[in-house]
Amino acid sequence: MSLSDADMGTIWLTLRLASTVTILLLIFATPLAWWLARTQSWFKGPISAIVALPLVLPPTVLGFYLLLAMGPNGAIGQFTQAIGLGTLPFTFWGLVVASMVYSLPFVVQPIQNAIEAIGNRPLEAAATLGAGPIDCFFSVVLPLAKPGFMTASILGFAHTVGEFGIVLMIGGSIPSETRVVSVQIYDHVEALEYAQAHVLSGVMVIFSFLVLLTLYTFQRKRKAVGLTYGQ
Amino acid sequence: MANKIKTLDTSIESARGIKARFQFSVKQFATETFTFDIDLTIPGQGVTALFGESGSGKTSLLRCIAGLEKNISGCLSVNGELWQDASVFVPTHKRSLGYVFQEASLFEHLTAMGNLRYAIKRNNQAANSQLLEQVISVMGIESILSQFPQQLSGGEKQRVAIARALLSQPRLLLMDEPLASLDNARKYEILPYLERLRSSFNIPILYVSHAVDEIVRLADHAVILRQGKVIAQGGITELFSRADLPLGVSNELGAILDCKVLERDKQWHLMRVAFNGGELWLPNVENKHNTTQRIRVLASDVSLTLSPHSDSSILNALSGEIVDIINDQNPAMVLVRLKVGKSYLLARLTQKSLQKLALAVGQIIWIQIKTAAILR
Repeated sequence: MSLSDADMGTIWLTLRLASTVTILLLIFATPLAWWLARTQSWFKGPISAIVALPLVLPPTVLGFYLLLAMGPNGAIGQFTQAIGLGTLPFTFWGLVVASMVYSLPFVVQPIQNAIEAIGNRPLEAAATLGAGPIDCFFSVVLPLAKPGFMTASILGFAHTVGEFGIVLMIGGSIPSETRVVSVQIYDHVEALEYAQAHVLSGVMVIFSFLVLLTLYTFQRKRKAVGLTYGQ
Repeated sequence: MANKIKTLDTSIESARGIKARFQFSVKQFATETFTFDIDLTIPGQGVTALFGESGSGKTSLLRCIAGLEKNISGCLSVNGELWQDASVFVPTHKRSLGYVFQEASLFEHLTAMGNLRYAIKRNNQAANSQLLEQVISVMGIESILSQFPQQLSGGEKQRVAIARALLSQPRLLLMDEPLASLDNARKYEILPYLERLRSSFNIPILYVSHAVDEIVRLADHAVILRQGKVIAQGGITELFSRADLPLGVSNELGAILDCKVLERDKQWHLMRVAFNGGELWLPNVENKHNTTQRIRVLASDVSLTLSPHSDSSILNALSGEIVDIINDQNPAMVLVRLKVGKSYLLARLTQKSLQKLALAVGQIIWIQIKTAAILR
């Protein structure tokens, strides 16, 4: 049993989507995680709750609102039309935006925890040695929070690969544009092509297992090395 | 403009030293408020100890000077450079200071050498390989440079942290109880390095501690804090000869004398030293680099006689004047403050002896000090 060209196409599209989403999320979520880890502001509670919403909401709810927002009459839709990008639903980039919202907590929370675990002291030490805030971020925070960034990347990537409901709402099933693996499996099953569904599903199970195995092995090693602070 | 370091007018600039004034209040419990109100001038050289019980505000003062406490109103100038006032707040990374925390606080992702390089890279002065070598040798860390912090002992980490602070070539070195997190053995392992640091580098040091023995060994000046206020400040020998300050429990009270070694007696393992007011015999301490020796004479090791005794086992007898008689915490005892030449000593006697000898302020008297009891 081998993969058809169409199936291979969906795998590549899925990997492209997950990589794009992970990279964009790392850039976008890091300042947010930094702020959440260090702020004393009253807004911390509400913002944390909003970041965590995708964990509890059904993907259909998120997808529904995003569909409206990105549609021709929605706020995002108006904006993208105004700058000449057209509307985003049923395009690859619409899927990227939706996936970013959907996977946001999986990237923000590990980074936030890692930054909280570093504490104030290394930052103060860096400042007394003449490191400004940006220098300090790259020379102290980033290396010390590396495990958190690794966990965030792995979880963000894997979670994007595993999404289904939100893709169906925002992306539909357009070959090499929005038809990712999970949607392709759904289509195979609808068409009673169980053999093809088996192969793709098997690929997904093995992939997910390997990702989680990497994550947990990595976390155990981190504990063994003892990247703790204080003493 | 607010962040720019500006220089004060010349009249103040010429006055070297650290002028600090900080005020703040914190609600500690529902009813209690801790008020911190400090106004002091610290010499721009030597080691100044900030001494006080825990909760007296020592660390807060040090953090204010480092700029680590934001939102605290105050005024601070260091050797003529304005670091803080109503309109200026120079951020910590632009202040030329070194800070040694209670815990070493090394960067765990860098080796000991990596930690030193971190400081060198960020200091504005030209790279100075001679300084690096000197710092490494004074702190005795040659053999551990390639190790990561988690492989080092507490004492080694703290030595690396001190070296790191020195390599940023600060104009002011702040040390916040650098020995407090170490056990006694480690503490005595590091103290000699701190003494070498004091004599090898000409940097003013502010040294926070609540341990009398550290201060006695290291400090030239002291500021004594209590509940957020300065209750006394001055030269270390002068402060420690006062009986009215909370410098440890009364049976630990003692005066400090800075002595010069005059001769060493090989046969009896003694040395003769001179202080500002007389000479003493002490157990010999081999110390090739230093001909000066700071000693501490505990008040309980000093006794008084009306005439010189030659039939006593005591080697050290001095003549002095009684300048003050103060009641001790213990109702059976009194503290007598004595002036010997230009130095002061304290003696702790019983009320009964005081009566028997009929001692009074202004009286000239003989002072006996046990050689065995003199601490360095």
